[in-house]
Amino acid sequence: MGTVDLDPKVPPGPLAEKWDHHRFSVKLVNPANRRRFTVIVVGSGLAGASAAATLGELGYRVELVTFHDSPRRAHSIAAQGGINAAKNYRNDGDSIQRLFYDTIKGGDYRSREANVYRLAQVSVEIIDQCVAQGVPFAREYGGLLDNRSFGGAQVSRTFYARGQTGQQLLLGAYQALARQITAGTVRLWNRTEMLDLVVHDGRAVGIIARDLVTGELRRFSGHAVVLATGGYGNVFFLSTNAKASNATAVWRAHRRGALFANPCFTQIHPTCIPASDEFQSKLTLMSESLRNDGRIWVPLKKGDKRPPNEIPEEERDYYLERRYPSYGNLAPRDISSRAAKMVCDEGRGVGETGYGVYLDFSEAIRRLGRRTIEERYGNLFEMYERITGEDPYTQPMRIYPATHYTMGGLWVDYRLMSTIPGLFVAGEANFSDHGANRLGASALMQGLADGYFILPYTVGDYLASTKLDRVRPDHPACREAEESVRRITARLLAIKGRRTVDTFHRELGKIMWEYCGMARNARGLEHALSKIPELRQQFWEDVRVPGENEEVNQSLEKAGRVADFLELAELMCLDALERDESCGGHFREEHQTEDGEAVRDDERFCHVAAWQYQGPDQRPIRHIEPLEFKYVIPTVRSYK
Amino acid sequence: MRIILHIWRQKHRDAPGKMVRYEVEDVNPHMSFLEMLDVLNERLIERGDEPVVFDHDCREGICGSCGFVINGIPHGPLRGTTVCQLHMRHFKDGDELYLEPWRARAFPVIRDLMVDRSAFDRIIAAGGFISVPTGSAPDGNAIPIPKEVAELAMDAAACIGCGACVAACPNASAMLFTGAKISHLGLLPQGQPEREQRAIAMVAQMQAEGFGACTNVAECEAVCPKNIKIENIARMFRDFITASWTRRPPVERLGGAG
Repeated sequence: MGTVDLDPKVPPGPLAEKWDHHRFSVKLVNPANRRRFTVIVVGSGLAGASAAATLGELGYRVELVTFHDSPRRAHSIAAQGGINAAKNYRNDGDSIQRLFYDTIKGGDYRSREANVYRLAQVSVEIIDQCVAQGVPFAREYGGLLDNRSFGGAQVSRTFYARGQTGQQLLLGAYQALARQITAGTVRLWNRTEMLDLVVHDGRAVGIIARDLVTGELRRFSGHAVVLATGGYGNVFFLSTNAKASNATAVWRAHRRGALFANPCFTQIHPTCIPASDEFQSKLTLMSESLRNDGRIWVPLKKGDKRPPNEIPEEERDYYLERRYPSYGNLAPRDISSRAAKMVCDEGRGVGETGYGVYLDFSEAIRRLGRRTIEERYGNLFEMYERITGEDPYTQPMRIYPATHYTMGGLWVDYRLMSTIPGLFVAGEANFSDHGANRLGASALMQGLADGYFILPYTVGDYLASTKLDRVRPDHPACREAEESVRRITARLLAIKGRRTVDTFHRELGKIMWEYCGMARNARGLEHALSKIPELRQQFWEDVRVPGENEEVNQSLEKAGRVADFLELAELMCLDALERDESCGGHFREEHQTEDGEAVRDDERFCHVAAWQYQGPDQRPIRHIEPLEFKYVIPTVRSYK
Repeated sequence: MRIILHIWRQKHRDAPGKMVRYEVEDVNPHMSFLEMLDVLNERLIERGDEPVVFDHDCREGICGSCGFVINGIPHGPLRGTTVCQLHMRHFKDGDELYLEPWRARAFPVIRDLMVDRSAFDRIIAAGGFISVPTGSAPDGNAIPIPKEVAELAMDAAACIGCGACVAACPNASAMLFTGAKISHLGLLPQGQPEREQRAIAMVAQMQAEGFGACTNVAECEAVCPKNIKIENIARMFRDFITASWTRRPPVERLGGAG
């Protein structure tokens, strides 16, 4: 492996002018020449669909690859609460500067200032774009856009479409994409899963993908590749991610040389419906927006098994309001999650398992009336009742934290380009702008910022400024990558062991949740680091994948994804062990204050850790990109 | 609980299919229907059989991936609910359930309960959008939209594209799906410039895909997991008829040389 260039390539000049400066300095492709360039976009969520649509509008040829049956199924569709933008329509003190500041602070000073500032800048354009596409955002009686508050902010800057904001934004991007499909600039490859990246001469020049209906492998070649394949939260088996969400595309790109940044930065969302039993296949999020009106509490006394309505006010502990009076129930996600874990570990948790806290709307219903609450959260309340069989209008919801989002991902520079030239990474798949903790309603913002407003400039710049010979699909590099995929598939089908893929996935998830979940310590991580390779070995010896390659084979699809999770999990634990500090979602028990707040170590860890793959079962190399804070001075992150 | 399932098994698009009987023991009433099928599949794999193929993803009722017919009803007996959100507590011990894929000429079976719904994507691609290239949008608050209008548009936009409406319709009509998109965009001021063209293009594509017509049976509305109303079909007809009667054929205009 050669030397690694971790230069973030941040443009010069004052923070507020960097993006302008960059947009002026990029090389442009003449409109007539754009159709000579092919860009492969993998993933059709907010980042992928918006990038593909916009690149298509500009006149590039785009191959859009998604494993879903339709681009509209991507998991962005499930985002509930909203999207942030520094519009300051409320006149409540918001600004680009404040959104920038909140995001840097929310990320516990582990993100790159220039990227975050740009994100805050383009946030305002996103709302305009979406409204023009016909996204039916919530409105006030005067006909103007409505806003709500989200965790980690004291202004109302979140735009929403009932509890289905992600759905509506994705449909907007999907429709823009559909328009380009009709225009002939974008070709759609549905039910097609990327299984390898083709690298030639150090550049990303294509991908290998499997047709999920016929099993046929397809070689795609192009001038640049965009991965917008989402996060890796399903490494925990139980998460709020969709069942098929996986890390295979990014992991296989990592194996081809793309560095993986901050893998241990995972977000545990405080408000999910608690797991009930072994059969549980996934966890369901209850939007953070509920914390606008819901109050979180547990009984004051340990083991108080009375029904919630019989516990008098003075015997309840509204622990978030007590510990964080200025943010209260809207404390950021990492802090709220840990606080819930703490009260449950004390034996004050509720529900059958004791792993749950109440989210109580009775006061809001008294104050605002049931109708208002119905209007704001009706579909969420219905979903809760469908799943639990309990009516949240008459008894408090039970919630517990669950894995939700991954801040880590492939390392990218300011242009969103990975360490492999020509490989761009967008949305949750990159290590992104959220540092060690993402604020609510910022994932949608980032996905669309990357796709609509950033990649169209930076991909064009790469195409214009680089001498690129198109690699044809029969090139040896494509053939070699295809062979490598074929070998993995054949190996998985040949094991014919005793255990199903899911049993391995569940076991891996338990290890990760126990030792690399909400709270971590050196001993536990070392234990996990000894367990995971054992489990991986068992997997390759004893997994049972029924059926053949040349047919719809969902077990085979899962097996490939779990094989990659089994490698990624180890990297996460390694990264968590090396990062000997607490920050954001990464809480090392060794580093906390007396009352359980995280203690950062800026001397030693004010950097991005980016890992370089060294081959199967080899220890990867840890590189660092130092983080400089010129505009926001890192302080103890306080929400008290 | 013990549940008896009869499931449509079909190896691929051109293979003959048949119903196969399975018994699932120890079903927990808190399981979702798909979790019950997960359990069945784990047992099938363990005993060397091939698992039942079905589309699914978010399991929160929003992605629109899942869906099959349970005892003749798309998404099963609970109104306004996708099959992933249907829990076993709505069934009784010993229930016998027949699971079949969506049946429609425009939705060919891929395998077992999985069908090809890409016809829906082609209907949207025909005109289910507002042409607004990135970067060209005015300020989000430049055009006020009455709350009532925005809510109506949102009601229609809530469609998840699962295809239950087609499966429930005796004519395998896709008019609820198509009408929902035409309504969503046609209600909003941003959707006006292309409103007529949109209705004509989407209706034409719907017919080209082999979906049937609407005969006001309203089964689609009854099974829609998002409670999309058939008033959307009325709006679609209104736009389509207005467009067909009043629209002039596009005039060829020669471009000038700058």
